[in-house]
Amino acid sequence: MKLRTPGVCVLLLAGAAAHGAADALDQVMHSLAERRHGQVSFVEQQFLSMLKRPVESWGELIYDAPNRLEKRTIEPRPETLVVEGEVLTVQRGRRSHVLDLKAYPQILPFVESIRATLAGDRAALERLFRLEFTGSEMRWTLVLTPLDVQLAKTVAEIRIDGSRDELSRVEIRQSDGDRSLMTLRAHSGR
Amino acid sequence: MNSRGLWVISSWLVGVAAALWVVAHARYITDLTAFLPAKPTHLQKLMVDQLRDGPASRLLLIALEGDDSDTRARVSHGMAHRLRDDAAFSSVENGEALAASRDRDFLFSHRYLLSNAVDARHFSTAGLKDAIGETIESLASPAGLLLKSLIPRDPTGEMLRIIDQLSGARTPRTQHGVWVSADGVRTLLVAQTAAPGSDTDAQERDLGAIRSAFNAVNTSSAVRLKMSGPGVFAVAARAKIKRAAMRLSIVSSILVVAVLLAVYRSPLALGLGLLPVATGALAGVAAVALGFGAVHGITLGFGITLIGESVDYSIYFFIQSLHGGTTGSPGDAWRRQLWPTVRLGMLTSVCGFASLLPSGFPGLAQLGLYSITGLIAAALVTRFVLPELLPLGFRIGDVSAFGLRIGRLRDSIRRRGGLGLGYAACVVAVVAILVLYRHHDTLWNRELSRLSPVSPQDLLYDATLRTDLGAANVLDVVIIEGTGLEQVLRGAERAQAALQALVDSKIIGDVDSPANYLPSLATQQARRDVLPEARALRDNLKIAVAGLGLDLEQLTPFVDDVAAARRAPLITPDDLRGTSLAAGFDALILHQPGHWSALLPLHGADGATPDVDVGRVAAQLAAANLPDTQILDLKQQTDALYAGYLQEAIHLSLCGFVLIVLLLLAALREAQRVARLLAPLGLAVLTVAAGLVLAGQQLTILHLVGMLLIVAVGSNYALFFDGEAAAQRAANPALTLASLVIANISTVIGFGLLSFSQVPVLVALGTTVAPGAFLALLFSALLTRRVPRTTADA
Repeated sequence: MKLRTPGVCVLLLAGAAAHGAADALDQVMHSLAERRHGQVSFVEQQFLSMLKRPVESWGELIYDAPNRLEKRTIEPRPETLVVEGEVLTVQRGRRSHVLDLKAYPQILPFVESIRATLAGDRAALERLFRLEFTGSEMRWTLVLTPLDVQLAKTVAEIRIDGSRDELSRVEIRQSDGDRSLMTLRAHSGR
Repeated sequence: MNSRGLWVISSWLVGVAAALWVVAHARYITDLTAFLPAKPTHLQKLMVDQLRDGPASRLLLIALEGDDSDTRARVSHGMAHRLRDDAAFSSVENGEALAASRDRDFLFSHRYLLSNAVDARHFSTAGLKDAIGETIESLASPAGLLLKSLIPRDPTGEMLRIIDQLSGARTPRTQHGVWVSADGVRTLLVAQTAAPGSDTDAQERDLGAIRSAFNAVNTSSAVRLKMSGPGVFAVAARAKIKRAAMRLSIVSSILVVAVLLAVYRSPLALGLGLLPVATGALAGVAAVALGFGAVHGITLGFGITLIGESVDYSIYFFIQSLHGGTTGSPGDAWRRQLWPTVRLGMLTSVCGFASLLPSGFPGLAQLGLYSITGLIAAALVTRFVLPELLPLGFRIGDVSAFGLRIGRLRDSIRRRGGLGLGYAACVVAVVAILVLYRHHDTLWNRELSRLSPVSPQDLLYDATLRTDLGAANVLDVVIIEGTGLEQVLRGAERAQAALQALVDSKIIGDVDSPANYLPSLATQQARRDVLPEARALRDNLKIAVAGLGLDLEQLTPFVDDVAAARRAPLITPDDLRGTSLAAGFDALILHQPGHWSALLPLHGADGATPDVDVGRVAAQLAAANLPDTQILDLKQQTDALYAGYLQEAIHLSLCGFVLIVLLLLAALREAQRVARLLAPLGLAVLTVAAGLVLAGQQLTILHLVGMLLIVAVGSNYALFFDGEAAAQRAANPALTLASLVIANISTVIGFGLLSFSQVPVLVALGTTVAPGAFLALLFSALLTRRVPRTTADA
């Protein structure tokens, strides 16, 4: 399902020097920031200890610079989730709930990790997380660890894989051991 | 003073004392029952109850503006915290997460009695599979993840369903944990007062409490507090009317006193001159108290302006009888020759006001009785008491020179005008009638809001706050009545079920219902009855979760909770106490001895169409054939009620006019004379009405009362001019004329000042009576039958 730019030789560069990695992070952030609009389809799996098999959902992820992210789940239950600025709107069936992101710190890392990355906003990421970048511009991995103790109670680690200005995979490990895995692919007109 | 004088004075004093006793012991009411028809239809009674005590009347909208949202949120938290401890408020909401864990505990522990999804199928294999499957699917979203920890106890998702049931379709945006407007510039709170909205004193205290809570917690000079809602409007309107009435009566008293002092040159005369009007006011209030059992605020407020005519009586008396030249017993000549004219004028006014008596609008009927009694009492005091109180040798300034000048002016106009004056009058009348005819469709304003002292800007701000809050359109309410709480709750459940089709097809938004907070016992019982035994539930669960990837063992807390719920007692209103749900419930239930009402406020379909299609709702309710269930469109009902009052008042005024004609015919026995007498008054009324219409005014019930006043006051003028011929040999026509002009000046000053107030009711009276009284004098002076030259007597 993943769309990866083939490039075997980048593996050889994976262990590059720290400042080289930082340069690459800046470059990736820069190319991400260049992008004003993006639309990809996603497939997400939730692995919960309570359940024997993962909950799977799919839909579309739409991003508009600088701060609007829409997650449109199509299956299994239609739901639209829009984050714009600090306001989160959840539309499920007839009901629409408007939430203030700051009032729900449990949700914040789930939303902000993806949005700030798509925006190429390194400062915003660094406000919430410790950043660990490996790989190169062609094929990179960004590991985010919450700085805030409160946030760390829900989210242990977020791992984002990508290539240039495209995200391919987002894995969120929750503190209770549950995790979710979202795989993204460029819009195929499904 | 002779024995007859002693007898007169003592009976007057006894009357005053009796009236004072009645007035002191009378019941005074300031609520809206003044607008409730004497024999209300059922719907009208419901409506007035709503306006007076309903949840709509107790809602206060609070907005914080200025500074940054963080600071405002802190103020919001602080204010809410303080106000929640104040018993004057039954609820204070500011968006803090259904904070009270008390609320959450209550909802969670009673979830199987509260959730409307609970039925026999819900706990069948298929029902459990659907509900649990749905809950698992909702885990796919970050919002659903919040519920993860609840799954072992609540795998069927009842908690989320109840919260959805309770929160309206639209909730305000939150920022920093509290409500803000859609554009984020305002932080919002909603308080519900314990006192009804009609208790203006309590509302004023409550507004004060909100202000002091704000001042206590606000540390930023940039944050501003704003409030809106029925209570705010009522308090502001009362203050406005009080201020206006106070300021205007002070200014007009000073002006009138100045005029009278200049004329009388005797403070004693001024003091004595106030006796008739004071006695009249006292007698008026006493009569209303005796006749109606209670006196309305508006009767006290406006009654005195209606008997302003009685000030004229003393003016006539002093000037016509006590000018410098009179010797001997004061007022004897006046009593013989002019009193009959004053008496007829008074009776004419009484006939006019009598037409208000049968009005179904208690406010108007009270004003009618007040004016009739007041005028009769004032006239009697002028006739019998004033002469006895005058000290010997009492004199006032001589105004015959002034009267002569006016007389000459009038004579010269009449000479030059000749027959032309009559023609001019005809032209004015025809033009006025044409103007009124052209506007006859829009002549009268039938909306009660036209009388409201609330400014359009304030109403707009109120609407903005309501939109921000997504508050129910409290103007459209379905009402279910019954003799017990259980009965109305069942009715509410049936009505809500009947309206669900309209909600689903988005014709209306949500329907609030007290049964969402507290289902009827029957419904609770039915829900509890379908809860399965532990063994049966476990058996069903085993099959249901087989394909869902959930372990049966993990759901043991669920099985235990259902078993506990089977044994738990049903919820009663007392169980709600101590939670913030009690406020929501209380707001939607009205209780009077032996009578209960459940209120179901309707939300508009969406922000773009805030109005509810009342017709569709009524049709839906009718189709469901629900007993004791009605939709009440408050605005339409109040306007219909007012339009009915207006129509009736117009008819009654016409009857009053016929009565006046009959009275004058009986007294004067000459049809042509009566016609000549009434023509100037009719012309004055027509001219004023046409003038108001040309100035873009729509006429209201208060304009109509004003027109009655023009006829009442003007009839005295007309009668004096008519009577001049008969009286001129004995009395001094110049003095008569002077007294009329001075009385007119005081009337025009008093009512003219009303036009400058900000209160629509007062403006309507002022702009009608001031020009009308002046025109009535002018037309009477110029158009009544030719009399011998007044200058001849000089």
